[in-house]
Amino acid sequence: MWRDALLIARRDLTIELRSKVGLWQILPFGLLALFLFAFALGPRTDLLEAAAPGLFWLAVLFSSILAAQRSLNIEGSPATREANRLLGLDPAGVFLGKVVAMVVELLVLEVVLLVGIVLLFHVSVASWAFAAPALVLPAIGLSAAGVLYGSLAGGASTRSTLLPILVLPVEAPVLIAASKSLSRGLGATTPDAGRWLVLLCVFAAVYTVLGIALYGPLEES
Amino acid sequence: MAPAIRLRSAVALQGRFPVLSGVDLDLAAGQVLVVLGANGAGKTSLLRLLAGLVPLTSGEAEILGADLRSSSADVRRRVGLLGHDAGLHDELTPVENLRFALRASRLDHGRAEPALDRVGLSGRPSTTPLGRLSAGQRRRVGLALLVARRPQLWLLDEPHASLDEVTRSLVAEVVEEAAAGGAAVVASSHEPELAVPMADLVVTMAGGAVISSAPGGRGGGGDVA
Repeated sequence: MWRDALLIARRDLTIELRSKVGLWQILPFGLLALFLFAFALGPRTDLLEAAAPGLFWLAVLFSSILAAQRSLNIEGSPATREANRLLGLDPAGVFLGKVVAMVVELLVLEVVLLVGIVLLFHVSVASWAFAAPALVLPAIGLSAAGVLYGSLAGGASTRSTLLPILVLPVEAPVLIAASKSLSRGLGATTPDAGRWLVLLCVFAAVYTVLGIALYGPLEES
Repeated sequence: MAPAIRLRSAVALQGRFPVLSGVDLDLAAGQVLVVLGANGAGKTSLLRLLAGLVPLTSGEAEILGADLRSSSADVRRRVGLLGHDAGLHDELTPVENLRFALRASRLDHGRAEPALDRVGLSGRPSTTPLGRLSAGQRRRVGLALLVARRPQLWLLDEPHASLDEVTRSLVAEVVEEAAAGGAAVVASSHEPELAVPMADLVVTMAGGAVISSAPGGRGGGGDVA
């Protein structure tokens, strides 16, 4: 499983580097969303500081939908899916590989957007002990849920519009927990920040396990 | 010779529509079968059933000694299917596509370059992203994948389509090499003048069933009921 996962992750990242869709479309989309949020809130520094974690995660969440759709397009054609089956790839490995590749892409996006909120929203990282897991754990959860629900919507001709409707309600807890945890990382007094991190951990674990178990049957169907 | 394919009253459905409606077929290892028929006759469905990609609804299917119903995953690993779309990635070069497929199949990725060389794609085309190659070159890459994987059962869906004269000859050569090496080959075709000479056996399909069979130009002998 891990061997196939590494193979798929390497392939997906190579394709992303070559196509530059992440660089020229997903990354600018996330930055644009941050800019628009900042313009909408106006110049009040206290308001910008308070809203920064939530708006950061909204931008990441919307960008992650694009990243999930892009990831699924690599396996999008029926011929490619059938080729995977004929090559004997472990479906669980394919799922994990796609998740790993998407996590890497989201982490790059998050770093860029973090610089964005530091510049636009006048915040700074006060505690990396909270900020680091608050960036990594949601990336895993969003990627696992995105790839799993993308596979669920994979056969539908309306996949591109169906995926956000399927995945956004499910990812709402990540948005809340990640915002609270990042808020603590940015220096705000957030009660129970540790518990929000635990919730992010549970979400990532549940969707990773679900994906490993269900990706194969979903692809077969 | 050991039977590579044994179908008895094989039925496959797409939704509620029978795409195969009771096919009987025997083919030995080392033989080439050509399937003729109009569009919608069931040729591609037959190939997909043999690849383990379409479930067998009723009847019996034994592929490469394995029961297709219980061992479809095992069958898939030993089968190579070349369709209109080979399922390759446009952003990767032919060498990278083949290396990926070989690694995924647990095979030596060093087979990639010789296979591309065999289909006339050495040099610059082999290191150019697939999306920039012509349709004919892309078909060659798909063929090279089969050459590199060396499956025991080759399934070719209209292998001569959109190919120039040289590449059509190449297909015939590669098929002959595969059969001589002990692989069974099943090819669907709309072009009997190209396909029949390379076949041991030719069957014609209509409405999801085999309606006639005849010996091909290669001179082998399978059985179709």
